[in-house]
Amino acid sequence: MKGNEAIAHAAIRYGADGYFGYPITPQSEVLETLEEEMPWETTGMVVLQAESEIAAINMVYGGASCGKAVLTSSSSPGVSLKQEGISYIAAGELPALIINVMRGGPGLGTIQPSQADYFQATKGGGHGDYRLITLAPSSVQEMADFVFLGFDLAFKYRTPAIILADGIVGQMMEKVVLPEQRPRRTNEEIARQCPWAVTGKPSFRGRNVVTTLELEPAAMEVINNRLQEKYRLIEENEVRFSTYDIEDADYLLVAFGSIARICQKAVEVARSQGVKLGILRPITLWPFPSAEIERISAHVKGILVVELNAGQMIEDVRMACHDSIPVYHYGRLGGIVPNPQEVLDAFFDRFPEANS
Amino acid sequence: MDINEIIKPENKVYSRPKLMTEATMHYCPGCSHGVVHKLIAEVVEELELEDKTVGIAPVGCAVFAYNYVDVDWIEAAHGRAPAIATAVKRLRPDLMVFTYQGDGDLAAIGTCETIHAANRGENIAIIFINNGIYGMTGGQMAPTTLEGMKTSTTPYGRRTDLNGFPLKISNILAELDGTCYVTRQAVHTPACVRKTKNAIKKAFQNSMKGLGTSVVEVVSTCASGWKMSPVNANKWMEENMFAKYPLGDLKNTAE
Repeated sequence: MKGNEAIAHAAIRYGADGYFGYPITPQSEVLETLEEEMPWETTGMVVLQAESEIAAINMVYGGASCGKAVLTSSSSPGVSLKQEGISYIAAGELPALIINVMRGGPGLGTIQPSQADYFQATKGGGHGDYRLITLAPSSVQEMADFVFLGFDLAFKYRTPAIILADGIVGQMMEKVVLPEQRPRRTNEEIARQCPWAVTGKPSFRGRNVVTTLELEPAAMEVINNRLQEKYRLIEENEVRFSTYDIEDADYLLVAFGSIARICQKAVEVARSQGVKLGILRPITLWPFPSAEIERISAHVKGILVVELNAGQMIEDVRMACHDSIPVYHYGRLGGIVPNPQEVLDAFFDRFPEANS
Repeated sequence: MDINEIIKPENKVYSRPKLMTEATMHYCPGCSHGVVHKLIAEVVEELELEDKTVGIAPVGCAVFAYNYVDVDWIEAAHGRAPAIATAVKRLRPDLMVFTYQGDGDLAAIGTCETIHAANRGENIAIIFINNGIYGMTGGQMAPTTLEGMKTSTTPYGRRTDLNGFPLKISNILAELDGTCYVTRQAVHTPACVRKTKNAIKKAFQNSMKGLGTSVVEVVSTCASGWKMSPVNANKWMEENMFAKYPLGDLKNTAE
């Protein structure tokens, strides 16, 4: 099935309570698949086509405030509209899952694949100091798996998580093993597991209020510091990445999402020509695998960062290795996706000495 | 007779509603918000919905409504309350869900969310405070500001050629198939307070019965924003606001 369809099926199987979305290419299959599956008849999951991305993210804010497992999906221009609500969800310390199947921008841009929303997802996106747990799937299988992982992390830390996919993974068809169906949590389980949730005030507790407003500066600083402590904890515990052929590598490619798979093919071709190339694929873009990149940078001669943008993740890679070795970028824009040979050509262009 | 002989439980005719907190209100003298808050607290208590009520607070003067009415609350971004209420009610149909919104929140920045929630017939109650001005930010023009009315952003009076016309959004909402009850009330006299309380009660009951969206507009004063004494603000409201926003039911298909 398509990556977008896998997300829809995985959401149902996770036992998600609600999906709120608005159509936009190239991710409309998420909403279409959910409407076709009619999960409200089986698991009781609510599915609603909202009047806008703004309404959809605020529905997620409302549902998450009730302790429910809720998600929304969109593509780049729509995710820009959601930033206000995402900031509120982060500030309200609410668990929620957001999916961005990226297309090329800026502006209305193109409906073709892109990775140009890296900054937006990993550096905050909306106003204020906050972070999103950012998962980058490179296969249809991971589209399904990361729905589970994203929800689990969101609830573990009471913070929004985002699946930062691109149009290739969203539209590509692959075999996928869907996780087992989980039951939706009952209202009683939610009241027990989420004592902060808005559920109607029972006699045994005071009122629960989800708010992001605090006019007293000293109190607001305490709230901000608490958020930052949580983000440090996530950075310590939740870094995920995969590596390929790095043990004896002379040079390293760093790439995420679908382009990482194209890079893997480039590594195979390079190795067949005797060039020892390896690849590191960050799975969590935030928290970023800085420590691992720093470790590898001590053993390789240079790094090529390959992205479907003008150079965004490269900033994190350069910071990770403290510019101790040359770090170059190869990016295609506007929805263009390079083939493995073009990646290799770019590599040899940046590192001509590797060819000798 | 000594006053202490009179102050006895059996002589008590009125007290603070159980669901009003003891927090000191930040509202200005003569403001309508406090009265409407009290009515909400009374109605929730009388309908025994204390453990079933979720309020969605707006951005504006009533942003701190959650400090005063002792039920569960979600504080919304500006204008988004109906979208939040939509999700809460869909995910928890057993709850009574209401939004509390001012004219800027509901009729300007939140027009889209308001109209679409009402058009879907979400089973929520919308309490709409219309005082024709942005109170919290210091008295700027609202969509409901009357023609000729002076505000900090219409210092020479609202001109329709520059600023458009006062928006009668409740009339628009009454046209939608999703609304079951749309009414316009006020709280400047005891009789009006009683009528508004009945309207809020009806709206909350409609939410629990799943009859569709209910809208209770309360034409209100903003003595500070209007730069009038509370008494003069009430008089000005009767003479000017009621002419544009006449009181009464605009729609009631719930009965």
